[in-house]
Amino acid sequence: MPFTLDKEEGIRYMLELKNVETFYSGIQALKGISLNVEKGEIVTLIGSNGAGKSTALKSISGLVKVGSGQISYKGNDITKKQAHETTLLGIAHVPEGRRIFPKLTVKENLLMGAFSVKDKRAIEERMERAFRYFPKLKDRLEQKGGTMSGGEQQMLAIGRALMMQPELLMLDEPSMGLAPIIVEQIFDIIRELNQEGITILLVEQNAYQALQIAHRGYVIQTGAIRLEGYGQDLIKNSEVREAYLA
Amino acid sequence: MLNDILQSIPQVLIDGLTLGTVYAVIALGYTMVYGILELINFAHGEIFMTGAFIGTAMLIVLTGIGWVSALPAIVMLITVLLLTALLTGLLGMGIERVAYRPLRNAPKLIPLITAIGISFLLQDLVRFIAELKKGNYIVTGPSLFTSQIKINSSAISSVFNDASIKSSFIIVLVSAIIMMVVLDFFVNKTKWGMAMRAVAQDRETASLMSVNVNKVISLTFFIGSALGGATGVLFAVQYGTIDPYIGFILGLKAFTAAVLGGIGNIRGAMLGGLLLGVMEMFASANLTLMTGGVFGAEYKDVFAFAILIIVLIFKPEGLLGKPVAEKV
Ligand SMILES: Nc1ncnc2c1ncn2[C@@H]1O[C@H](COP(=O)(O)OP(=O)(O)OP(=O)(O)O)[C@@H](O)[C@H]1O
Ligand SMILES: [Mg+2]
Repeated sequence: MPFTLDKEEGIRYMLELKNVETFYSGIQALKGISLNVEKGEIVTLIGSNGAGKSTALKSISGLVKVGSGQISYKGNDITKKQAHETTLLGIAHVPEGRRIFPKLTVKENLLMGAFSVKDKRAIEERMERAFRYFPKLKDRLEQKGGTMSGGEQQMLAIGRALMMQPELLMLDEPSMGLAPIIVEQIFDIIRELNQEGITILLVEQNAYQALQIAHRGYVIQTGAIRLEGYGQDLIKNSEVREAYLA
Repeated sequence: MLNDILQSIPQVLIDGLTLGTVYAVIALGYTMVYGILELINFAHGEIFMTGAFIGTAMLIVLTGIGWVSALPAIVMLITVLLLTALLTGLLGMGIERVAYRPLRNAPKLIPLITAIGISFLLQDLVRFIAELKKGNYIVTGPSLFTSQIKINSSAISSVFNDASIKSSFIIVLVSAIIMMVVLDFFVNKTKWGMAMRAVAQDRETASLMSVNVNKVISLTFFIGSALGGATGVLFAVQYGTIDPYIGFILGLKAFTAAVLGGIGNIRGAMLGGLLLGVMEMFASANLTLMTGGVFGAEYKDVFAFAILIIVLIFKPEGLLGKPVAEKV
């Protein structure tokens, strides 16, 4: 169960952000964000367009430079690490809009997820594992990623992230543009992955569903954390209801 | 007239394909870098030229110490090709590191101007060194592989004339084809080749797959420049005399070939190079005939480029280019 102290290592949080500020050529997108994720949790970050959700994930994975503040992962400072380094530590980031490599085949997209893995057998095993969650991918191995439907691409994007065998999986709006039934499936799989031990940081605009499956949530507004709490409490919160669940 | 044109076909094909493979291999360098950085690396023609000089210098030295007579010429050539490829590869990688990487996020025009600057720099540097060592910037290498081979194409059909090849043509052709096949395999079938394609399609996402994007870009410059430099050696062996300005027009044509095939597309560059070479040689052989003597062979470039323009009017993305970039 979540909410336990990792006493053995003496580290409380798997992921911890302290006063993180991030800028895009002078414009401040994150105005000092603090949040944390414990091992085994599903934590969601909700907020409206332009609030800074994607920027928060990019700051963690190292796709953007952090201006000030600190990010630590399993007790190590990763504030200054670049994306190709954080991913080696076990952080997988499924970016907004899925970002499948359009001209690579499904198989190649999956293999890219295991780029840092040298052992061929391990790669095979991971691929089999991805197929367990997304059996459809198995029949499409030679199809070009760009020709897959939106839902299939999202599955491929998550499957590709699973190839990294992450400990922390960050998902940026996985439900974006998908039919309700597909969204349902994706959320089920997220929950399943969590039950298998993967810690999840989920960015969503689909606040209701995200809060439903999350243990805890944060509400971000114009670059600052506005509210935080247990998922079920946030669903009942009047401010959240008005702004995001209307 | 048709008869005359037909007669020339075997020779046109041989000359055209040989020149075409040279264009094709150089075009690869342009297209790979463009594919990954959207940068037209104008200095690539000068890498080719530098390769020609490095190779020629090595051949002169090796001939001087008597290696040429001691070893089969082909062994020596392969050694020189590999060494030159290594050196020009490192040169290209260094140029990217020093001149382009700091400008990675600058407006596209800035690195383009830098590339032109690097071109002049390399031209003058090579010229300076050549004059220092040889007293002249026009350099002639030892003549190798000069024997002529006759091809009995009239035996295939009486409409053809016989064709003849200098044996260096075969060496150029075979080496260039090997380079293309190996590159094609590397890009399409190996892990780092896949990483290269991934970086070309989406740099950010590739980095999320633990790919060190800078490393892949360095690798791309290394490979493109190594191929370009090796082709320079082949060119020097084929034509004997080189000067620091050969990279300009050849580079321009190879770039044209890359555009013709669809810039950013590796097989397109190969196809574009071969087509351009054959068109040019066809024009060179038949222009006088076709225009009743109004235009001579020296207008071959006009002919080749006119075809290029026509192709681009109807297919602006190039022969193998995709009409619209797939964006998800
Ligand atoms: N590359 C960029 N350059 C400049 N400004 C940017 C860039 N990316 C994001 N921003 C700005 O930073 C702010 C936060 O953007 P971000 O993408 O993090 O929002 P978001 O919460 O993910 O929004 P959405 O729900 O629309 O995806 C916005 O004001 C946005 O305009
Ligand atoms: Mg976003």
